[in-house]
Amino acid sequence: MQCPKCRGAMRTYERNGVHIDQCESCRGIFLDYGELETLTRMEGQWSQQHQAAPPPPPPMHGAPAWGAPQHGHYGHRPRRQQGLFGMLFSS
Amino acid sequence: MSHSDPLLDELRRIAVQYGGAPAEVLPTRPDVIIVRAGPVVVKAHAPGAEREPLVERMRATAHPSLRGIVLEPVTEEVMVVGDRLVTVWPAGTPVDHLNPDAAPWEAAARLLARMHAVPAGALLPLRAAGGPAKVASMVARLDGDSAAELVVRRAFTCLPDLDAELVWEPFSESFSLTHGDWHMGQMVRAPDEWILIDVDDLGVGDPAWDLARPAAWFAAGLLEPEVWNRFLDAYRAEGGCAVPRDGDPWERLNLPAQATTVQLTAGLVVTAKREGRPMGEAEQTMIDACLRIIRLRSACQSVSTQ
Ligand SMILES: [Zn+2]
Repeated sequence: MQCPKCRGAMRTYERNGVHIDQCESCRGIFLDYGELETLTRMEGQWSQQHQAAPPPPPPMHGAPAWGAPQHGHYGHRPRRQQGLFGMLFSS
Repeated sequence: MSHSDPLLDELRRIAVQYGGAPAEVLPTRPDVIIVRAGPVVVKAHAPGAEREPLVERMRATAHPSLRGIVLEPVTEEVMVVGDRLVTVWPAGTPVDHLNPDAAPWEAAARLLARMHAVPAGALLPLRAAGGPAKVASMVARLDGDSAAELVVRRAFTCLPDLDAELVWEPFSESFSLTHGDWHMGQMVRAPDEWILIDVDDLGVGDPAWDLARPAAWFAAGLLEPEVWNRFLDAYRAEGGCAVPRDGDPWERLNLPAQATTVQLTAGLVVTAKREGRPMGEAEQTMIDACLRIIRLRSACQSVSTQ
């Protein structure tokens, strides 16, 4: 199997029952979204609110299609915590 | 921090020589050292920085067209102390980490818009700005197979080839002088007005990359829509060229903001791993954004890549 991006050789391995295809030259990973969600859920890295990944929000004026769900659409996400504001300062 | 560290001793000596006051080491990111003496600060740049590009950037920074936009160095000279490059700057007051409400978003937007309007031709020779190259190098630091790392690498794989972003034409219409690494830590008040600092990544590039961090924070849900709109409106009002004057800015912002999301998430995951701690709120918020990038890009690509 060839990497769709760089034509490098692909290596396949299994993690928690999910097959992962990885390119040996560009290290590209080709998993579909559902498989990634399964993995992240099994590894317990999602809090409850993250588990129920909402469907893509309707495109809003002025927001990108991949943007976070806004207030009122899918509930309220805690923001403006000191630690998160600190993220705006690092390279 | 040992008092007999020869690098620190020399930085203190340089600081005292330029500042004429006692020297003190200021807190900063781990790969950089800042020593202040009265009105000046001495900066030891990150290990491994090349001298010639920094010399060019210091020369550009001293150019009259950048006054009032980028902090003017005390001297254009790039000193070498041990294996580190050292430059000297006026001391300024940074943005307060603890006071989000006081963050100078409009001032930042205006400074970036004015920088993007500076004819880069006047400052040549100048290299490509630092933005796009940082993404791949940060992703390359992920060395494990945790779900978080797989998500980041999958999102990176979804992005179009960023090398194409590095191909630049100094006089191309969509490229301009850019900061190359803008975030809230890259501004100081000196003495009264906000001004941009840190020219390590200054160069010619797509100016949309300078808006990529706030755009990425907004898309991740870390920056409130009102704040993002204030920033964008101020940028447009100042005539900023990175986005169209009216209409959808995301056509220009999507790729830089998505690439920056991947880069920032990679950095957070690498740091959490190095510190041996689990993913926190910030990491999860950014990983969520990476997942949305994957979902959207896969949906767009699913026909063509199969
Ligand atoms: Zn490949």
